[in-house]
Amino acid sequence: MEYILLIISAILVNNIVLTQFLGICPFLGVSTRISTSLGMGAAVIFVMALATLVTFLINQYILVPLNITFLQTISYILVIAALVQMVEIILKKVSPPLYQALGLYLPLITTNCAVLGVAIMVIKRNFNLVESVLFAISMAIGFSLALVIFASIHEQLEINDVPKGMKGVPIALVTAGLLSLAFMGFAGLVK
Amino acid sequence: MNQKSNFLKGFIRENPVFVLVLGMCPTLGVSSSAFNGLGMGLATTFVLLMSNLIISLIKNFIPDKVRIPAFIVVIATFVTIVDLVMAAYAPGLHAQLGIFIPLIVVNCIVLGRAEAFASRNNPLSSVIDGFGMGLGFAFALTLLGSVREMLGSGSIFGLKFIPTNADGILIFILAPGAFITLGFLIAIINQLSKPAKS
Repeated sequence: MEYILLIISAILVNNIVLTQFLGICPFLGVSTRISTSLGMGAAVIFVMALATLVTFLINQYILVPLNITFLQTISYILVIAALVQMVEIILKKVSPPLYQALGLYLPLITTNCAVLGVAIMVIKRNFNLVESVLFAISMAIGFSLALVIFASIHEQLEINDVPKGMKGVPIALVTAGLLSLAFMGFAGLVK
Repeated sequence: MNQKSNFLKGFIRENPVFVLVLGMCPTLGVSSSAFNGLGMGLATTFVLLMSNLIISLIKNFIPDKVRIPAFIVVIATFVTIVDLVMAAYAPGLHAQLGIFIPLIVVNCIVLGRAEAFASRNNPLSSVIDGFGMGLGFAFALTLLGSVREMLGSGSIFGLKFIPTNADGILIFILAPGAFITLGFLIAIINQLSKPAKS
């Protein structure tokens, strides 16, 4: 039950893009087509789960025992960058079709602050290993959900007559604001 | 390019937030009040300034292939310094900004300036570029924070200008207000800067 609440709260109530403001760049940049949003979403779920697992273990078995937790930021970002690179190389060798589908999005993920953000969040909240990975996957699903919803609105926006000054980024931001308003409706769902 | 226009470009013409649309996460995340916006802006300015300086000094020793990881290490070092100093001397602000302090390291503006400017120019212009860009970012965050604070809680920099028992329009300090306010601010700036472009 506890885990179900954790998942619902991470996907809907504390949606990473619309209430935590992480991963806005890909949210505004990539989500103009539903198909690319799905690809990006899948890549983020994969990398975020893996990155959170690895950084959690690094924190638990290297940083805390040696009392060097102040190196958290620097070690996490390097680990994530290396991990993304490694996933790219392995995918290329092992599963070319999957690489075809995700390859394009992988380099973009290194600079996605959502990945580093979630890795730091699980440490701040004192989650255990299972909770951390579950939390990371749920957060990533929330990210993909927001991305896909936003992309479908975006596709409709393109055929609409938007006032000149509002074209592009401004209208996208206002749309995101309304979407975030809609997601506030979930606030009472989980405490 | 002379140094004055190099410094000033970050404010309006190439403002990182309003024109280049970079660094959106901290912009939206910490701008619920003018003070938070300013604090975040200054922290980012320090990181930009120092990382631009160091990167332009060491650019000739770094092999081209590993330059991005090397830049990230330099940036992360200064982010850690800001994080620790702020936790020691401004614990209130540090708690308010929370996770967005370590996330300066993945702010596209910092790595963007390192790659686009500091790795190609001399230390002096790089420092000026970093300082101008950083202050432009701080200016944008403070402006957005002020507008949201005025609408959302009827105060500016914590000074309340509406009757004490009255409330502001709460939605502007919550998440949706951040998106909507920034959207309209960019629209206004687009509209104002149009005559200059054509």
